[in-house]
Amino acid sequence: MTHKTQSNSARLTRRTVTAGLGAAGFIAGVAPFNIVRAAGGPLKVGVLLPRSGLQAGIGQSCQLGVDMAPAILKSLGLPELQIMNADTESNVDTARARAEKVISEGAQLLVGAFDSGQTTAIAQVAEQKGIPLVINIAGSPAITEQGYKFVFRNFPTGPMIVGDAFTNQKEVFAAAGTAPKTVVFMHINDTYGTAIAGAVDHVMPKFDMPYTIVEKISYDPAARDLSVEVAKAKAANADALLVVSRLNDAMLLTRELVKQRWTPQAIMSMGPGWYEDQYLKTLGKLADGPISLSPAPDPHKKLTAVLEAALAKVAPGDNLNANHSFTFEALLVAADAYKRAGSTDPKALAEAIRTTNITDNVNIGPGITFNAKGQNDKVKDAAFQNRGGKLVTLAPKDAANGKPEWPMKSYQSRG
Amino acid sequence: MPLEVYLNVAIGGVLTGLVYGLMALGLSVIFGVVRVVNFAHGEMMTVAMFLAVVLCAALHVDPLVLLVPIAAVLFVFGYALQRGLINPFITRPEHSQFLLLVALAIIITNTLLIVFGPDARTVQTAYGFDSFQFGQIIVDAAKVYAGIAAIIFAAALFVFFRYTLIGKAIRAGADNHTGALVVGLDVKRLYALTFGLGAACVGAAGTMMTLLVDATPMLGPSYTLLAFVIVITGGLGSMPGALVGGVLIGLTEALAGLLFTPSAKSMFAFAILVLVLLFRPQGILGKRLA
Repeated sequence: MTHKTQSNSARLTRRTVTAGLGAAGFIAGVAPFNIVRAAGGPLKVGVLLPRSGLQAGIGQSCQLGVDMAPAILKSLGLPELQIMNADTESNVDTARARAEKVISEGAQLLVGAFDSGQTTAIAQVAEQKGIPLVINIAGSPAITEQGYKFVFRNFPTGPMIVGDAFTNQKEVFAAAGTAPKTVVFMHINDTYGTAIAGAVDHVMPKFDMPYTIVEKISYDPAARDLSVEVAKAKAANADALLVVSRLNDAMLLTRELVKQRWTPQAIMSMGPGWYEDQYLKTLGKLADGPISLSPAPDPHKKLTAVLEAALAKVAPGDNLNANHSFTFEALLVAADAYKRAGSTDPKALAEAIRTTNITDNVNIGPGITFNAKGQNDKVKDAAFQNRGGKLVTLAPKDAANGKPEWPMKSYQSRG
Repeated sequence: MPLEVYLNVAIGGVLTGLVYGLMALGLSVIFGVVRVVNFAHGEMMTVAMFLAVVLCAALHVDPLVLLVPIAAVLFVFGYALQRGLINPFITRPEHSQFLLLVALAIIITNTLLIVFGPDARTVQTAYGFDSFQFGQIIVDAAKVYAGIAAIIFAAALFVFFRYTLIGKAIRAGADNHTGALVVGLDVKRLYALTFGLGAACVGAAGTMMTLLVDATPMLGPSYTLLAFVIVITGGLGSMPGALVGGVLIGLTEALAGLLFTPSAKSMFAFAILVLVLLFRPQGILGKRLA
């Protein structure tokens, strides 16, 4: 023991100390240059999406928006982003853990996470750590009602979606020359579905809709069999189906509609699922007809054409949809803010995001700005119909590129 | 609501319940003979579901064609599992058996997650969107095929236990362990055969289940729980009880979903379980213990 100590002491010579001091001085001298280089380097963006699990299909669709971004942002003269991908596994707890992990690994800004429940958890982490979060897709109004300083959403809240949905429905009914008298309202009972269902209760009376909701059916988004739910909906003998769903359950619902031989006049969806490429490709002719009433890219905007061209390269045959466009726009907001802030400092980035004013964007609405709560309250919904594997925009008039096909063609007559 | 709506839903519930029953039959057979509660039951069914999904995609065949081969694979798996892993635990305390099988369940789930990832996988069949119509009654074709296959498989198992020498020997070992040893039966082998047969039931049920639901690695725990609810309702150790329990739970879930809130349909299955435990603890067809 004594011998060991002596040996160690003997190694600590004057020369070693001098060398150590020299190295420390070198590092200290070089460090400021490193900091300068970091400020000029790419912004590290943690992109949190449900790339696996129940929402994997939609998460992977959002990922295409990420894949398209680098080249387009470069062409717009915006700074480079270093993407740090993280998988929330469609799970709230995993989303929270992944947000903490990417921040600990150096993420300077977060983007995500499609699902309201997962996004709520990520927003809490972002606010605690003081890292800006730009939400790509999540409709629960509560997220931007918490007084958060680092959370920004370029996507409509549930009440905004529902309000626009009713407005656009009226346009569709006027264009079709008919309207349903009764509807069944089916919705998932997750954070988003419940928020939309609550918004329907509050908002619908203000719109004097031509129909009444004769039956409300809520179901688990992880449900493996929706035969009973569809049987109950069919038994209500309503003209149309109003739904709030995800991708897997949208496909399950369609299968059950076919099996139970019920084709309503219209399926009107206030959420994702029915316009996804996976839905269109998996169901083929059976995917035609549903009308989605949700935020969407504006087919007449310049940047939309750019995104469509980019999508054709990364995913030939896919339609540009809200998953792609809103995820891309979240990265657009990040790159634009980084350019104006000129720094990776989270507070400077958050301030830059707060003063965002992008008019040359993709989605329907006048552009991207954020109010005091961090919400883009100007983003608008569209009504678009699946037709021959494509999405045809029916409303609002400014963005429309087709007329509605009403009623839906019977599932049994599609060959 | 028109009567045909109730009938449509009830028929669907009964057909799904038959597949549930076959799955639970495996659990009941294993407990009835080996006296080990298989806490990895649902996970073994998930293995069968993934086997069906992979083989259907690779060989381009219908899941029903794969029913017997997958049941055979699961039989071998169950036999080897009992001989190699579970047999030493037969005489150990129940908590040791419980921990062993829960550990096995976790290993299976995580292995499936590593190999297949967490995404849902499905099989494509020519009759995936078909249904049969009899007047106002519309029945899902896949459920009809799965239900019929479940009945045939369960009937074959009943015949095996009642009329074959090995089946009789297994029943003898279950009735009187010491007596079976005295007359020279190889009880350890019979236990392994029984575990294999229980696993084969799970294999067949899992293959049929792919016609009704998508396969994901995380299905296991919910199906283990479902199997317990069914066998306790029907009578633990009773083969007909498992089928009756399966049909009852399938029917209850379906009708409860129709009459009340669909998202709360599982609650009613558990309510049935509570009622059975209160008023007939041995289960509907179970034998009352002395």
